[in-house]
Amino acid sequence: MAKTLKKETSKKAAPAAKVAAAPSISPIPESPLVFERPDKFNQVNHSLTKVDSMGLVCAQQKYVADLDMQGLLHIKVLGSPHAHAVIKSIDVKEAEKIPGVVAVFTYKDVPRVVRTTAGQGFPEPSPYDTCLLDSKVRFVGDRVAVVAAETPEAAAEACTKIKVQYQVLKAVFDPERARDKDAPVIHDEKDCRVPIPIFYDPKHNHCSHVETAVGDVKKGFKQADYVLEKTYYPHYAQHCPIEPHICMAYLDENDRLVLRTSTQVPFHARRITAQTLGIPVKKIRVIKPRIGGGFGTKQEVLLEDVCGLVTLKTRRPCIWALTRAEEFMAARTRHPMVITIQSGVKKNGAITAISMRIISNTGAYGSHALTVLSNCGSKVLPLYRAENIEFIGDTVYTNLPVGGAYRGYGATQAAFAMECQMDEMAEAIGMDPIKFRQLNHIKEGESSPIFKALGEGREGVDMAIGSCGLSKCITEGMKRIDWAKKYGKPGTGSKRRGLGMCCLMQGSSIPEIDMGAVFIKMNEDGSFNMLLGATDLGTGSDTVLAQIAAETIGCKLEEMIVYSSDTDMTPFDVGAYASSTTYLTGGAVINCAKKVREQIEAVAASMMGEDMKNVTIENGVCYGKGRKNKVTFGQVCNYAMYEHKQFQIGAIGSHISHASPPPFSAHFAEVEVDTETGEVKLLKYVAGVDCGTAINPQLADGQTQGACMNGISFALTEEYIFDENGRMLNPNFGNYKIWSTKDMPELETFLVPTYEKTGPYGAKSVSEISINGALPAIGNAIKNAVGVRITRPPFTAEKVLTAMKELVKPAKAAAKEPKAKAGVSKAAKPAKPAVKAEKPAKATAKKATVAGKKKK
Amino acid sequence: MKLNTRINGKEYCLEIKPNAMLIDVLRQAGFKGVKFGCGEGSCGACAVMINGRPRNSCITLAGAAEGVEILTVEGLGNPEKPHVLQQAFVDSGSTQCGYCNPGSLIAAKALLDSNPNPTAEDVKDALDGNLCRCTGYVKRIDAVLQAAEASKKTRKSTRGKK
Ligand code: FES
Ligand code: FES
Repeated sequence: MAKTLKKETSKKAAPAAKVAAAPSISPIPESPLVFERPDKFNQVNHSLTKVDSMGLVCAQQKYVADLDMQGLLHIKVLGSPHAHAVIKSIDVKEAEKIPGVVAVFTYKDVPRVVRTTAGQGFPEPSPYDTCLLDSKVRFVGDRVAVVAAETPEAAAEACTKIKVQYQVLKAVFDPERARDKDAPVIHDEKDCRVPIPIFYDPKHNHCSHVETAVGDVKKGFKQADYVLEKTYYPHYAQHCPIEPHICMAYLDENDRLVLRTSTQVPFHARRITAQTLGIPVKKIRVIKPRIGGGFGTKQEVLLEDVCGLVTLKTRRPCIWALTRAEEFMAARTRHPMVITIQSGVKKNGAITAISMRIISNTGAYGSHALTVLSNCGSKVLPLYRAENIEFIGDTVYTNLPVGGAYRGYGATQAAFAMECQMDEMAEAIGMDPIKFRQLNHIKEGESSPIFKALGEGREGVDMAIGSCGLSKCITEGMKRIDWAKKYGKPGTGSKRRGLGMCCLMQGSSIPEIDMGAVFIKMNEDGSFNMLLGATDLGTGSDTVLAQIAAETIGCKLEEMIVYSSDTDMTPFDVGAYASSTTYLTGGAVINCAKKVREQIEAVAASMMGEDMKNVTIENGVCYGKGRKNKVTFGQVCNYAMYEHKQFQIGAIGSHISHASPPPFSAHFAEVEVDTETGEVKLLKYVAGVDCGTAINPQLADGQTQGACMNGISFALTEEYIFDENGRMLNPNFGNYKIWSTKDMPELETFLVPTYEKTGPYGAKSVSEISINGALPAIGNAIKNAVGVRITRPPFTAEKVLTAMKELVKPAKAAAKEPKAKAGVSKAAKPAKPAVKAEKPAKATAKKATVAGKKKK
Repeated sequence: MKLNTRINGKEYCLEIKPNAMLIDVLRQAGFKGVKFGCGEGSCGACAVMINGRPRNSCITLAGAAEGVEILTVEGLGNPEKPHVLQQAFVDSGSTQCGYCNPGSLIAAKALLDSNPNPTAEDVKDALDGNLCRCTGYVKRIDAVLQAAEASKKTRKSTRGKK
């Protein structure tokens, strides 16, 4: 079977110890750089049935809450009514008197351990600024006290009886004001810190800072014919898994703490809970049953500490399920940002410089603050060639809901800014926006200095693009949306039509950091148990990984019995994040399955009296030379178990990746804007994705469709509305609108196959990328239809109408705009005269005059 | 108080609190296919059929289910003998995390019961109250249309046999 190329390592083997007779092979495995490509696929690249799907549709699969448990306590956490306050006194006596209340905990009852809730690798690149319970609250909904009671009603009632005296402090909500001298300090506690050597300045609400430069942007701006600057404001959003966060805890037969939890990161959850509760890792088992969606919010260790505390203190099982309102207010959100892009472009379409400056709002705690920020640069800036690039990012604390990991992870926010800016540049030089992108986007074999410059809390990893199907995504998408015929033809009535598009890239795992591992053992009927650390949160990773195993071993998917995400039973995996599972854990599956296959070949060879190298495997049967002899997998396993030189056929395999090859995508939107009401109707949405080999095309397509719809609803309706005290006013599906079937546009998705040789059977990631497209594609389509650039999404009727009204006003101002219309391309046909559309004065195209332009 | 009701074709006499919600009563009785998503009637995860109509059980008082006929997803079919809609959801790839599926299947069943020849628009109308954050809905709309097609065929063939 496929031989993998071993990584060339420059490190010499350590000199053999004196006693060693011969140099031994290191037991530390090397992860291959590339995987060999078979001639044809039998199991992968087929849309086989998702292994858990029948159990799911028949409600036979169990989620956290679906386990009945005697004597279960119900947890309710009292949330803060204030955005920023110190708890002066807290009296729980009355609460404890409520019948059924078993325990009440405040900060006085728990040891103070600062840590992060971000479920990331250790040591985490997020600050240690969060406690189980604290004497200070920092946003509306922050934890004040924990109640455990016999019934949910008693727990809820007890919460109303807790008497808290708050000293209310001044709060800061505006991220652009958070670092002002007179801003209140949100983390004034002495013990908050970062566990790795990175910038951290909580005394100024300054949570993280990233800065990198390539070339010389000043020089680049001088070379430009046009320099454009614009600020974009991607907004707050919640993941809205239909199953809100939920965790159950109990003590097992050996008095160990079992956490049955809806998590994307079981191993990080175990580690962080142990750290928080001050108990050893060995005392905890984390089990992830089926979970009802995550999208990043369950990459957070949010409930496990409280449940663990209650069970350890009461010695009773307990459950804590967030309400939908708590999910909105106190779980995690997408970091809202202020992104200013300044870019220089030549009339011939060359981009001379890009400067991206970001203020990211992490809310009250710094979960994923640094890494979401650096991802804004690392997953967006490499997409277009530019010799001079500058990235300056800052994350600030405010007294608002807490940011976290959310599908797209910074790329969503930055792609919005960058892809709108691409259209602005194209318009300034009078070039078709697609042609402009085709001219500039990265191609196979090319690299970007950004890959190395921007890592996750440390330097990144240099790499060249090994596979890129973006050109095909663009041309095919153009056809499907009918670009040539429809672009730039808004019509004349009160309803105007517009087309917009964007290009995207993401990554596949965090290179040289993330690790996944797999264990496979053989059973006597020729089936296999595959135990995975990886976390299927509904994505289908159990299925995809089993397909990879079946392909490698040479059997059918049905022969793989998958069990995943149980810290006692399965090997380690970082978890489901960073678009890593298929690419990274898929590699671990190949490394493991190859060993199993070799053992099968060896046993079969000895059974048939053949040379091992002549053994071939097909569909669960081993053949000897010339296919004269054959033994089935069942016979092989029986022989190995019962007959000769008995042993268990099985192996463990791990993998780290040395690269993070980007998937690519092009998205297209067709909108109709009502010029009288400002209402935007999304008529059609097309998305093409290059995810390398789709291990399961149906599932990959499902990921794309789901991500598109989430992005669309984020762009058009999803919005956090706060009162002046920082309280979210719409924490429910009635007022925070996520899209349903009747809202759907015509949605077309397609996959563009490429082959990524560093990935398992050519695969790259697919799950995150497509959430990034809707904001820019629809934003550009609105601009194309009615000439307004909305920089503060969501694109509501009100905002579009206001922008259109303002557009009419400064008609005079437009007259003195420079010669931006001088198109250089024959294909150039901007929908509107280039600059007339602009209202915000800063965004006008003008001859580059960098001198005197001070960065703010 | 006592609640006498039929669930998935069987008689039940359940002890309930007067203010209990149907979702909790059904889950306690073992029907875990009834899911909690919002508790305020806006996601459809808890949908069950009451006397043939889809209802969100999180906003239905259990007491109101006295003497009615309730269908949960467990009553639709099981892996050995799945309902045509369950099979169509599986075949079309309509299930990702699966958490919304029971509610959507109930809504779809109610639609097919009242309208065996739905259009895509009918399906969108019927499933509009069942939020799904994973799939983007495309495949499940196809699934319901396919299931309608498949049921028509079985009906025809069974009629032919008689
Ligand atoms: S849980 Fe009943 S409608 Fe959401
Ligand atoms: S499949 Fe996950 S919410 Fe619908």
